[in-house]
Amino acid sequence: MLEIICSGFGGQGVLTAGLILADAGMENGKYVTWYPSYGSEMRGGTANCNVKLSDEEIASPYCGKTSLDILLALNRAAADKFENTLRPGGLMLLNSSLVPADRPCRQDIRVIRVPANEIAAEEKNAQGVNLVMLGAMAAASAAFDAEQLCRDVNHYFYKKKKKMFPQNEACFRRGMQIGAEAGKEGEP
Amino acid sequence: MEKVLMKGNEAFAEACIRAGCRFFSGYPITPQTEVLEYMSWRMEQVGGQFIQTESELAGINMVFGAAAAGARALTTSSGPGFSLKQEGISYLCGTDLPAVIADVMRIGSALGEIFQGQGDYWQLTRGGGHGDYRTVVLAPASVQENADLAYIAFDIAEKYRHPVIIASDAAIGQMVEPVELPPMREHDIDRYDWVIRGRKPGEEQRRMKNVFYRMGADKYPAFLLDKYRRMEENEQRWESLAVEDAELVLVAYGISSRVSKEAVKLARSRGIPLGLIRPISLWPFPQKAFDALGGQVKGFLCVEMSILGQMVDDVVLACGNRVPVGFYGEFSQVPEPEIIVERAAAMLNGKEVQA
Amino acid sequence: MKLSLPDSLLRDKSSGWCPGCGHGIITRMVAEAVEELGLEENFILCTDVACGALAAYVTKWNVIGAAHGRTIIAAAGAKRVRPDQIVLAAPGDGSAYSIGIESTIHCALRNENILALVVNNCVFGMTGGQMSPESLPGQKTTSSPFGRDPARNGAPFDVVKTLGSYDIAYLARGSVSSPANVIRTGKMIRKALQKQLDGQGFCLLEILSPCPTNWGFPDDRAGKALDYMRQQQEVFYPLGEFIDKEGSKDA
Repeated sequence: MLEIICSGFGGQGVLTAGLILADAGMENGKYVTWYPSYGSEMRGGTANCNVKLSDEEIASPYCGKTSLDILLALNRAAADKFENTLRPGGLMLLNSSLVPADRPCRQDIRVIRVPANEIAAEEKNAQGVNLVMLGAMAAASAAFDAEQLCRDVNHYFYKKKKKMFPQNEACFRRGMQIGAEAGKEGEP
Repeated sequence: MEKVLMKGNEAFAEACIRAGCRFFSGYPITPQTEVLEYMSWRMEQVGGQFIQTESELAGINMVFGAAAAGARALTTSSGPGFSLKQEGISYLCGTDLPAVIADVMRIGSALGEIFQGQGDYWQLTRGGGHGDYRTVVLAPASVQENADLAYIAFDIAEKYRHPVIIASDAAIGQMVEPVELPPMREHDIDRYDWVIRGRKPGEEQRRMKNVFYRMGADKYPAFLLDKYRRMEENEQRWESLAVEDAELVLVAYGISSRVSKEAVKLARSRGIPLGLIRPISLWPFPQKAFDALGGQVKGFLCVEMSILGQMVDDVVLACGNRVPVGFYGEFSQVPEPEIIVERAAAMLNGKEVQA
Repeated sequence: MKLSLPDSLLRDKSSGWCPGCGHGIITRMVAEAVEELGLEENFILCTDVACGALAAYVTKWNVIGAAHGRTIIAAAGAKRVRPDQIVLAAPGDGSAYSIGIESTIHCALRNENILALVVNNCVFGMTGGQMSPESLPGQKTTSSPFGRDPARNGAPFDVVKTLGSYDIAYLARGSVSSPANVIRTGKMIRKALQKQLDGQGFCLLEILSPCPTNWGFPDDRAGKALDYMRQQQEVFYPLGEFIDKEGSKDA
């Protein structure tokens, strides 16, 4: 079972990031659930979704209070809200474009800082912040094959819009570079 | 069949369309609104009727007219709006009209809040409106089941000429999971000989009014009792999990059953003999699931998102009050598997567990 | 004028309406219009509760008996399912203008292709003559025993002032206070049904009708109720056609 939370401001594409992960899981034969924040919770400007991926049927769609594997924190509030739900050894990806470098983090988790806004801007794809984060995650987490997820991202958008978006792949691959620099989980 | 990723509310709406539903009238309310939004464009595609009505009262009463005219008609709401539909549901029951009504439950009385809740159990299973009635109530616990139950709800409604209620909740409605959608069916509005259209020469007049006006107050009670007896016999639905050797059995539906399943796994990994009965039909309550249990069961624990423990009475009745029935309820938070296991262990140690 | 009874009416049933009530006349007028337009086999009557609902038992039409105040909206639901049928909703003034006013207004706004035939007798009849939205200023009822006082009880509702500027097919007010008015009102019913046949949209025809029982003229051999209609009701609620959007083909 893999538990992931994507969280950030509304408009940063955190719900879509989660849907991409759920869709990729489904396409690869896994059981998946995706559970969003909704309604007035979203009006305050924050959004998040819980994603679970598993080889077995998933009972509860909610991520556990101390068992989260991966947190994509696209702003500081997201990190503050969910950091403590990560399991020891869990992975937190911080959008360092918005989260100050001096923000203290737990010592028993892996933290990767990704300047996602800058990268997305460089790639002229402001909507691609979430994909930069996903790319970094895929390269840094042992749970993912980054090339496969890259294909799944392309497939997700193709299914939706019936065309390819090279600028999306570009963002994802820039994220992959950062994740790769940080190193795969479990590797020296 | 291909699986697609869908939100629970949308899978429900799509399955209604595929069941031949071509009439929707309703009013926006969170967390049901996706059904209304989905129908607003989907009905257009299939040549059905979508009406965003002036109120929930209008929504249900328009369904009344549409159902009388022979359509597979649907309206949906949540808590506060669902209360307004009670008038129409009572009329559908008194008039012997099929329709499907969904309550995507949220928490609290009055306005409450938009978060998942299960506090409408009494309202849904006891009738809710005026007069002597109740309805078949189906409670999905996954996106797939949202689709599956929507698909059969219209058949059940027409089989008994009686409304069917879908007891969904915010979690089940908002969640996204893969779903295999059923095939498309068309419904013939002239399928039944009771539908209202112009009277043809030689035909008897059809009056879509209180059944007992036509039948006579002397014959009506037997007719109604027979109808409910048939529903109780045929429409019990449930899922049992790990009950064969369970000494304590959780009883939970909808979103609470999802976390209860996790609790069963957790308990079993610790050697605690825990099982689960998940009522899929809240009415008729799945008595048969309880009758099938072995003598090793020492107690039941209801897990619900309600403060008062609304399902407890039904479990006490279903088990003949032979063993203790405990209750673990949450209000705004979803029940925690750890706490469920803790309470279950306490019950097995002879402790009383209430709220 | 035809002198035979329309086939849609039952000859061997008594209606249950009080002596001097207008419902019988109105039901017959509807039956005549339906017969003249040849609609008998495609006609659905949607009744409210109370006095108007008794029409179901003296006609042969198939009937939908809606909840109080929900006649117009239920009729709209049936019409949308069966657009080839002619659907007439028959609420009273309490149903259409009080408890069901939101649906009256919104069915008009959506231009639902039905005829709402509102029988206005200025009281809640079946429940024993309480004040209705149409009770006249000064009218004594069992719930306005000192006479309706707009300052205390609210002002009467005039549908023409509310729907008069709406984009609907037809808005008119008729009466059964005299043979001449009955003939004129019968034409209004035919016109409204023809408009529905032509798909023109929402038609609301209010018909002023006497309720001798609840107006205090229970044994009304002198026709005081009709005098009251002419001298009070029709003065306060003027008769006429207020919206006739595309006119009438046979006018």
